Amino acid sequence: MVAQNIAFGVMVGIMGLSAIRVVTTRNVVHAALYLMVVLATVAGLFLLLGAEFLGITQVLIYIGAVIVLFLFGIMLTGARIGKEKLLSHRNKVPALMIATVITAVSIYAAIDYFGADKLPEETRTSTKEVANSLFSQYIIPFEVASVLLLAALIGAIVIARREPHEENLTK
Amino acid sequence: MTATIFAAAETSTEAAHQATGWFLDNIWILPLMPALSFFAILFLGKKMRCRGSDPGLLTTGLALAFSIAAGIQWLGSVGEGGTLPVVGEWKWYSAAGFDLSVGTLVDGLTIAMIFVVSLVSFLVHVYSTDYVKGDRRYTHYFAFLSLFTASMLLLVISNSTIQMIVAWELVGVCSFSLISHWWEDKSNSGAGLKAMLTNRVGDIGLLIGVAILFFAAGGTFSVLEINSLALSGGISHLVLLVAACALLAAVASKSGQFPLYTWLPDAMAGPTPVSALIHAATMVVAGVFLVARLYGVFFEGFAIAGSSINLLALIGAATTIFGATLAFAQTDIKRVLAYSTISQLGYMVMALGVGAWTAAIFHLFTHAFFKACLFLGSGSVSHAAGGTFDMRKMGGLKQHMPHTYKTFLIASLALAGVAPLAGFWSKDEILAGTGGWGIFGGTGGNGAYTLMIVMGLITTALTAAYMTRCVYMTFHGDYRGEGHPHESGKRIVVPLWVLAGLATVAGLVNLPKGFQLVPKSWTERFGHFIEPHGVTYFPKIEHATPSWTLGIFSIIVAGAGISLTVLYIKRKQQIAERTSQSKLASVGYNILVNKYYLDHLYSGIITKTVRGPLAAGVNRFDKTVIDGVVNAAGKTSVAAGNIIYNQIDQKIVDGLVNATAIQTEEAGEELRKIQTGKVQHYGSIMFASAIVFTLLIIIFI
Amino acid sequence: MTVTQFVIASAVLFSIGVYGVLVRRSAVMVLMSVELILNSVNINLVAFGALHDNIAGEVFALFVITVAAAEVGVGLALVLLIFRNRKNINIHEVDLMKG
Repeated sequence: MVAQNIAFGVMVGIMGLSAIRVVTTRNVVHAALYLMVVLATVAGLFLLLGAEFLGITQVLIYIGAVIVLFLFGIMLTGARIGKEKLLSHRNKVPALMIATVITAVSIYAAIDYFGADKLPEETRTSTKEVANSLFSQYIIPFEVASVLLLAALIGAIVIARREPHEENLTK
Repeated sequence: MTATIFAAAETSTEAAHQATGWFLDNIWILPLMPALSFFAILFLGKKMRCRGSDPGLLTTGLALAFSIAAGIQWLGSVGEGGTLPVVGEWKWYSAAGFDLSVGTLVDGLTIAMIFVVSLVSFLVHVYSTDYVKGDRRYTHYFAFLSLFTASMLLLVISNSTIQMIVAWELVGVCSFSLISHWWEDKSNSGAGLKAMLTNRVGDIGLLIGVAILFFAAGGTFSVLEINSLALSGGISHLVLLVAACALLAAVASKSGQFPLYTWLPDAMAGPTPVSALIHAATMVVAGVFLVARLYGVFFEGFAIAGSSINLLALIGAATTIFGATLAFAQTDIKRVLAYSTISQLGYMVMALGVGAWTAAIFHLFTHAFFKACLFLGSGSVSHAAGGTFDMRKMGGLKQHMPHTYKTFLIASLALAGVAPLAGFWSKDEILAGTGGWGIFGGTGGNGAYTLMIVMGLITTALTAAYMTRCVYMTFHGDYRGEGHPHESGKRIVVPLWVLAGLATVAGLVNLPKGFQLVPKSWTERFGHFIEPHGVTYFPKIEHATPSWTLGIFSIIVAGAGISLTVLYIKRKQQIAERTSQSKLASVGYNILVNKYYLDHLYSGIITKTVRGPLAAGVNRFDKTVIDGVVNAAGKTSVAAGNIIYNQIDQKIVDGLVNATAIQTEEAGEELRKIQTGKVQHYGSIMFASAIVFTLLIIIFI
Repeated sequence: MTVTQFVIASAVLFSIGVYGVLVRRSAVMVLMSVELILNSVNINLVAFGALHDNIAGEVFALFVITVAAAEVGVGLALVLLIFRNRKNINIHEVDLMKG
């Protein structure tokens, strides 16, 4: 148990620091790389909770695909590779206040409701269980998700596609 | 098969038996054919030599043949003790212990509807190949005609309310895209949008109604089960009333009932065959069909039996008078017909409201033929008169297009309710069904709806009058337009004659009970085959026996409407001619004018002494009394029409709509101040309020 | 391990994400912050799933990942469009919805 707690502490520490760097760094590419670290530590938390399949999915999809997508986005929107001055607004105080209050309220609520509720010793769930559940009880959300992905695919292409007349404009 | 639970609980000597037949069991093929045609035209239409019309023609022709075959099999299986409907059901999917199934339901109502839909659709396809020839969206037009036919057929064979919603929306989409077919013109796309938005109001009612019935009936969408439960008292009366009112909103929007009829006249912006198919004969009766299909719900919900007034009948009666008076104030021939359609739909809804189910469906059946004929005729007229629909630019077309004139006249007389054409029989049956007998002395009926019979009779007179005006302005007098009118081609004239023929004979399929001129077995054939009996999903409704007095009186009323209008128009023309000192004598002179001739003839040839007091007296009587009556009657109806159009329709109905918009605008004016347009401001407000609500939950719960 | 520590970790991550959404000027950075928020939700889902020994938490986290992937795809397409039309992706300047 101690080992788990140490692992948890280390991961949450890295996660928190990296997350703060994601929202404060002045370098867009660094922000994306820090985001990758956060996502990796979240995957670690999933493994700690016994959710193997989810952890692997997190690595594959988030770190493998989403980060690459972000890097492409950064590249295509002409961001400077290097420090940028105006990546954040000047008046950060209201946002900071809101974020602090949210943290405080959530932590209070969590401690108030769950206190020291221990998680079960054995929380491991096998991929087989996930698959069984996904393809029987949750088959309709699963199908809907596939439609959603198709819609997002087509939508992204349609939105980002350069119209012929726009091309003329840029020339 | 769930049909077994609907076995007869009625007091019949013979038990109801199950109808069977290959076509009845496989009715699902029917909507499939035009649906396939839709995709064929959509994907391949432009490459075809016919540019997409042939698949539509072929499949609607096949659908017509299929419908007739199914009809014959149905007629063969109707027994004296009642007939159970043919139900086909397939599980679509099941989730969380709930099975959603799709299926077909074939009973008399379905048979009547599929026949009307496929016949009118087929004729409109034939007509369209000529009418929209060379149109820039010819392929698109035929694709949507096919889709419409498929959706309408799907609607009428549905056995579940959820399936009906799907088809209901599909016909709405087709209606929308065909109204705005020539969308380059802003007013056309506006009309399409208006139709769509008005119908959305009703669709919300439909969704609410279906949801209420779903839960009230214990989680089923099956039409038969819902009706059976409603009739056996399985659902409380209050729930049924709420559901029926919600569904009534859908009926009002789709079938152009007061106060949601405003989209229908504008819908005439679409091509004329579309108006004939969708906005006269088939789609707009979807609302009537919905009431007829869920009649158990409406019958119990509005407590139709033994009552003398209810919302359904009242809305129908109000609509029928409104539509008929509004038709007077129009100069566009299609708008006259559109208001006439509204009026006739009001008739059907009123009939359903008073419990005359069979009469309503029968009127739907006959109305489809003569109104489709009228619309197609108006399209033919417009082709001849250079594309205009303005009756002021027509006139005198009788000589130029004899076929169109004859068919239009037959259909007008049928609509006006002149015996023995179709409209007379169905309209009289509705009047009889009101049971508001008074002096007419018939028997039967479900209640005593005296108000409804009065409204119905007034409408009969008005209908006759405005149709006479319409025919007169279009076909008689002198041609007032430009160019040389000509008769339309065969593909337009033949459908007109088919429909005119049906408008003539369709009334004979349901001669009233107690009609002594024919053997008893010839009467009420339509009711016998179409109305479900010996089943639990349909209420036991009382059939009325009309009296001769009523029939004759309604003919007199219609005749009075026609002749007063003729007299009024001719008088007006004579006055005009006199002021312009025209020598054109033969065309516009009326009976009363001929009387003058007669007087002169007498005075010239026989004797000059007779002339004097007698002639002068006759002349004065003619000038003052007869002219006065004729002019007053004519002017009053036109004035009433104008007043209702200008005051009530334009000010109150439109005013209410506008007031809502103004309120919304003012509220928006106030609220715009917090809209900075900056996403992160919105984000801050959102997160801040979310955390405030969270705090409240933590503190108080 | 207690469930509270996971919930607290998730709350911290969530707040950092909210802060990022509110202060970042670049639309791409806002999208990254949204990813932080979505991940914090996933931690909660899995933790509660483990607490109640219920597979549903894990399954829904999977759906969240699916939706997040779709969101990033469409979101970045929108950002590209904004960039093409305005030559920058500063979302503070995109205020056509101003009332």
